[in-house]
Amino acid sequence: MVNKPAKAPRPGTRRAGPAPARGAKRSKAPLRELLDSYFSHHRKVAKDSARRLWQAPVASLMTWTVMGVALALPVGLLLLLTSLQGVSAGWESAARVTVYLEDQLSLEDAGRLRLDIGMRGDVSEVELIDKSAALEEFRTSSGLSEALDYLDENPLPHTLLATPSEGSRTEAGMQTLVEALEQTRGVAQVQVDLGWLQRLNAITELLGRGVWALAALLAVAVILVIGNTIRLAIESRRDEILVAKLVGGTDAFVRRPFLYTGLWFGLGGGIVAFVLLQLTLWFLSEPVERLAALYRSNFSLSGLAFEGTVALIAAAVLFGWLGAWLAVKRHLDAIEPG
Amino acid sequence: MIEFQQVSKRYDDDHTALRQINFSLDRGEMAFLTGHSGAGKSTLLKLIMLMERPSAGHVIVGGQLLNKMPRRQVPYIRRHVGVVFQNHHLLFDRTVFDNVAMPLEVMGTPSRDIGRRVRAALDKVGLLTKERMNPMQLSGGEQQRVGIARAVVNKPPVLLADEPTGNLDPALSADIMQLFQQFSQVGVTVLIASHDIALINDMNRRTLVLDNGRLMRGGDLPAAGQKQEREQEVLRGQ
Repeated sequence: MVNKPAKAPRPGTRRAGPAPARGAKRSKAPLRELLDSYFSHHRKVAKDSARRLWQAPVASLMTWTVMGVALALPVGLLLLLTSLQGVSAGWESAARVTVYLEDQLSLEDAGRLRLDIGMRGDVSEVELIDKSAALEEFRTSSGLSEALDYLDENPLPHTLLATPSEGSRTEAGMQTLVEALEQTRGVAQVQVDLGWLQRLNAITELLGRGVWALAALLAVAVILVIGNTIRLAIESRRDEILVAKLVGGTDAFVRRPFLYTGLWFGLGGGIVAFVLLQLTLWFLSEPVERLAALYRSNFSLSGLAFEGTVALIAAAVLFGWLGAWLAVKRHLDAIEPG
Repeated sequence: MIEFQQVSKRYDDDHTALRQINFSLDRGEMAFLTGHSGAGKSTLLKLIMLMERPSAGHVIVGGQLLNKMPRRQVPYIRRHVGVVFQNHHLLFDRTVFDNVAMPLEVMGTPSRDIGRRVRAALDKVGLLTKERMNPMQLSGGEQQRVGIARAVVNKPPVLLADEPTGNLDPALSADIMQLFQQFSQVGVTVLIASHDIALINDMNRRTLVLDNGRLMRGGDLPAAGQKQEREQEVLRGQ
């Protein structure tokens, strides 16, 4: 706090006789006026710090870029990871249990079985694919239609496709469902392939942790880079700091310009990070779409939403301020007249 | 306004800069502080502006005991002690106006008052026309006067000057002394450290003489005969 002359010990007030007008006038300054001048000083210092960065555009741009790259890297990886999780979540919900019925089961029995299974609480939908439809599909999709013509009879069984209900789409829920279906009379085999899903989930979880660890390391790096930059700024303004302290500047007053400098570094770094992310996204979007199309997936890289952008820039500003604060704490208090 | 009671200052390396100093200066009093270099002049001034703390005794400025003043109170004390330095301590990255405005800025003075008060201070030292210039463009005497304007712009009750005429010719020095005299006439307590004996004699003011950290003359306690002798020696030597 700088502006508390009212609380400041005033050597002038204890002397005998009428105090000169100047002392009295200062202590009578209304609170509003003090606040006004406090905020106007903040505005002035903020503007002045920004102007100083602007006056050394190359150096400032380099710091902003370092910060932008360090922030864009983990945020980009996080975005990629979120997109991947979206994919696996989509697949998970589409996971269906394939129930192969016994060969000799008639179509009517299969229909009854379909109704029975459809009654279960952990199944939301059952589709029946009769053996002729299955053969027809196999014929068109495999391109083996001529070879299939040589077969005397249809080797395929009737098949039920059961979609688990929302609540049973867990590992345990699926396990129960599969076991129950296997016990059902008329069922030859139950097939559900969850292994690859579990592997994908494990991989994304591992990647997620890795990205957070990387993000933490890079955050520390950003704070140190800003701290070092601010340290240099402090050194180059040593005379000014000394004079400010000599004429009665408080620690807060002397720190303020450097904290604002850190803040501006953070803001610039955040904006650079955002621009880098958008550019990378634009650069990657076409090949990603092509790749996704090959896998018949509607996967797409998602960019930062509005909230994400705000969070990114807020974090950048915070890191800049924090770096400046560390440098100021460590180096500014050491500069004392004497 | 300024009072020293049995003040001693020892530095860590067993060097004793001041020994049992006693004196007091009233409001509006103007005094000189002299002595050979290393006699303790700068240390004494530093005690008043809280750049150093006494090892023993009491330093009282404006009724405030400075010995145990907590660190965060120091800026508020310094706002009431204007200081003129030998090497000016001016900042060359800003105008004369902005240099003089610094003490007001640290106090949070509203900006419309800053303009008025800075111009009043610059007018007082005769530099009103140079407010937009860089201090680098000014002569030595003018730079010193900018330093004085900065020291008095917030109308402190105490004004200290450390060799304010160190680099100036006699005519300029006399001008500067004239300024200090005017401040003391309006109630400012002025203490000037100087070894310019001729100038001090011209002014005919109270003079505190330091020798090896002891106050030989000008203090409140009557000086002993042998001290008087030593002091004459010091004065002749310079």
